[in-house]
Amino acid sequence: MVSSAFPSAAAEHGEHPPYLLHHFQSVEQQADAANFAMWLFLLSEVMFFSGLFAAFLIYRNWYIPAFVAGAKQLNVGLGALNSGLLILSSFSLGMGVWSAETRRKSCLVLCLILTFVLGLGFLGIKSIEYAEKIEKHHFPGLHYSLSSFIDPSSDQAVSAAGERPLPLDMARHTELYFSLYFAMTGMHALHMIVGMGILAYMILRAWGGAYTSGHVTFVKNFALYWNLVDIVWIYLFALLYLVSRH
Amino acid sequence: MSESIHIVVGPRVYVAVLLSLLGGTGITAWTALLNLGIWNPVIALSIATFEATEVVLYFMWVKYSPRLTWLAIAACIFLFSTLISLSLVDYMGRAWGNW
Repeated sequence: MVSSAFPSAAAEHGEHPPYLLHHFQSVEQQADAANFAMWLFLLSEVMFFSGLFAAFLIYRNWYIPAFVAGAKQLNVGLGALNSGLLILSSFSLGMGVWSAETRRKSCLVLCLILTFVLGLGFLGIKSIEYAEKIEKHHFPGLHYSLSSFIDPSSDQAVSAAGERPLPLDMARHTELYFSLYFAMTGMHALHMIVGMGILAYMILRAWGGAYTSGHVTFVKNFALYWNLVDIVWIYLFALLYLVSRH
Repeated sequence: MSESIHIVVGPRVYVAVLLSLLGGTGITAWTALLNLGIWNPVIALSIATFEATEVVLYFMWVKYSPRLTWLAIAACIFLFSTLISLSLVDYMGRAWGNW
């Protein structure tokens, strides 16, 4: 009788869940490895955004009057509403993870759809804000207009707030504020759009019964990504909308 | 890699954190409308940091994560703080007296 040095396929595929890869000893070890890898990715994202935050802090300290005038062009109400939507979406995703862990398929699908809708609401409000900036020629580039800053009477909102005109050389630096505003919020929105693409994929898979059979790693790692995007917005809201208003 | 104990965080914790985050956002937006001088950025960034900590601990389950995750996050915060503070010191040093 010929014996093999290798375990039979039957033995190798014996008593373990189908989603446990062969190079892991247990489901817990596999989940920990995936979770740690996700954290390393998220920390690289933190370092990426930190470059933008550093640029903002340095230029804000150099050109405070221009950054104050730029910040006053933003709508705090819409920014706060967007913060609320993102926080609610993080909550609904957390409830989605709980649903997956407790194997409640309908609840998971509902939570994922709710997260998607809240994300869509965030992007909708952001697009309204962008449209207003483009309409007032506050998008950096050839058509950028300084009139709101050197002649406040030309801008109804600025005029009503009783703002003083900026000297021309300082007013020019408002373009820098809006460059950073569009770079930071645009990069954040891009992360949201990527996240919503993944969310749409997850909704379809969850509808088919995935994630509620005990293997929740994908949902948990996606929630980590979404929550990091939430944290970035918490700081963007504070820095862009709030700290330069006086 | 040491294996963690996997804890299922329940709705009660999520609701408590949600209410705290929404309250924090409301307070930050309200205080930004008051002229508190140098305290405006201090208050806004302190509340933002408190909110971010809550999200990391509870919505991202770091409170229940293995020590390796804590170590990686601490290393990232240390590196981030070092890079930001050294960059700011450099720029402030170059324009000394013009602040």
